Amino acid sequence: MSERDTDPARRSFVTMPADDGTGVGLKLADEEVSVEVDNLSLYYGESQALKAISLVIPQKRVTAFIGPSGCGKSTLLRCFNRMNDLIDGVHITGRILLEGININDRDLDVAQLRRRVGMVFQRPNPFPKSVYENVAYGLRLGDNIPRTEMDDRVEWALKSAALWEEVKDRLKETALGLSGGQQQRLVIARAIAVQPHVLLLDEPASALDPISTLKIEELIHQLKADYTIVIVTHNMQQAARVSDYTAFLYLGELVEFDATDTVFTNPAQKRTEDYITGRYG
Amino acid sequence: MSRHISEQFDAELETVRRQFMEMGGLVEQQLRDAMQALVTHDSALGDRVRKRDHEVNRYEVSLDEQCIHTIARRQPAAGDLRLLVTIMKASTDLERIGDEADRIARMAIGASGHELPRSRYEEVRRIYELVSKTVSSALDAVARLDTQAALDQIAADKAVDDAYHDALANLSKQMTQHPETVPQTLAAIWAARALERIGDHAKNIAEYVLYLVKGKDIRHLPKGSLEDQ
Repeated sequence: MSERDTDPARRSFVTMPADDGTGVGLKLADEEVSVEVDNLSLYYGESQALKAISLVIPQKRVTAFIGPSGCGKSTLLRCFNRMNDLIDGVHITGRILLEGININDRDLDVAQLRRRVGMVFQRPNPFPKSVYENVAYGLRLGDNIPRTEMDDRVEWALKSAALWEEVKDRLKETALGLSGGQQQRLVIARAIAVQPHVLLLDEPASALDPISTLKIEELIHQLKADYTIVIVTHNMQQAARVSDYTAFLYLGELVEFDATDTVFTNPAQKRTEDYITGRYG
Repeated sequence: MSRHISEQFDAELETVRRQFMEMGGLVEQQLRDAMQALVTHDSALGDRVRKRDHEVNRYEVSLDEQCIHTIARRQPAAGDLRLLVTIMKASTDLERIGDEADRIARMAIGASGHELPRSRYEEVRRIYELVSKTVSSALDAVARLDTQAALDQIAADKAVDDAYHDALANLSKQMTQHPETVPQTLAAIWAARALERIGDHAKNIAEYVLYLVKGKDIRHLPKGSLEDQ
């Protein structure tokens, strides 16, 4: 064996740094915790949709939830900003802590929670208002912001959502005239205008063409510098491309949760391997 | 492993796996014939080995093409991805083994007419016995996904290296004692060197088996850490 093989300094040049943006070499144990899910079960009436799920969502990383339809991934995502409150007959046990605070606490202000935890849905849902008003809407609900500062905040949000250059000359025009991909980035701008800590993305690109999809994925990559992002996707290649961590859910259970790199090259569970390689279970 | 929802995907992986094993069989045959040609001074057999090397090369190119096709079109993950990566890398080692067999065949042809007595090839033959076993057990380990066999075979490479160094010492001595046979003895040394290289390629293939089955890359690990695998 040569010196090169044994000298640790010689080996280190092939070891990828843990945080070079590629997600290679990440370890959950090294991460700051944003959301902690502790033994969470959710029932729609009698039927149990989530089964004793425990996991931590790391801060300022992209975490993807994957799994077949009905596995509970969207249900779990909706727990993080209590969207399930809107559905009759939903019953939850266990805890979800956002930065240490139990979000299912009776005294918690849900509107405040949703400012902290923004959400973007599968179909772009801009309000039938101008581009400007769409972004300003959430800001007006909160603090009393002077006009000049409002302009700055709208511009900042649109720039953050990589949409500013495309809409800066049509801020007063209706948002419904934008393309699907632009509308989705507008909705993301609206969500980040109020500076949430966590951004939930529920199939954000599944209604978009491939180029718009890539723009959203690139945006996700940029946004993780400032936000914790959780994305639900049916598209496994998308999960592999954009996420740092991947959780695989099946029939309401969390089967595996690990660095995306590990899940897609060497998953620990056979059920995960079967799903991501497209095999019969 | 259960079957893919796409049967075509299963068929593609199966074809690649089968062709790799066929290529392995051909390379083993090339090595056997090249050694036979050298030891029995059969230059016609040496010629046949040299001609057949193109077939080995064609297998490598074809396997690469098929793996790239499947990666591009199906975005394989996990075990499927590891299989394709393993085959692309291991087929390069097989092709190199083919090149070394070709080199031995060239020695056989070059030495014809002024051969060494058969006894002088004993050293080389001893390395060959060890090396041909490592090549076939590396291929078996790929076929059976047998990590233990792969680890055993990686450990066995040391015996090849030892035999090579013994041979080198003895053949050098022969050159001093019989200077008139220097060109022929040199040919034997080159053949021994080619066999030692083949042992290294077989070891690489065995290392890929660990990656294929367990997802662990054990290349270039510090000495002693292999036992942990």
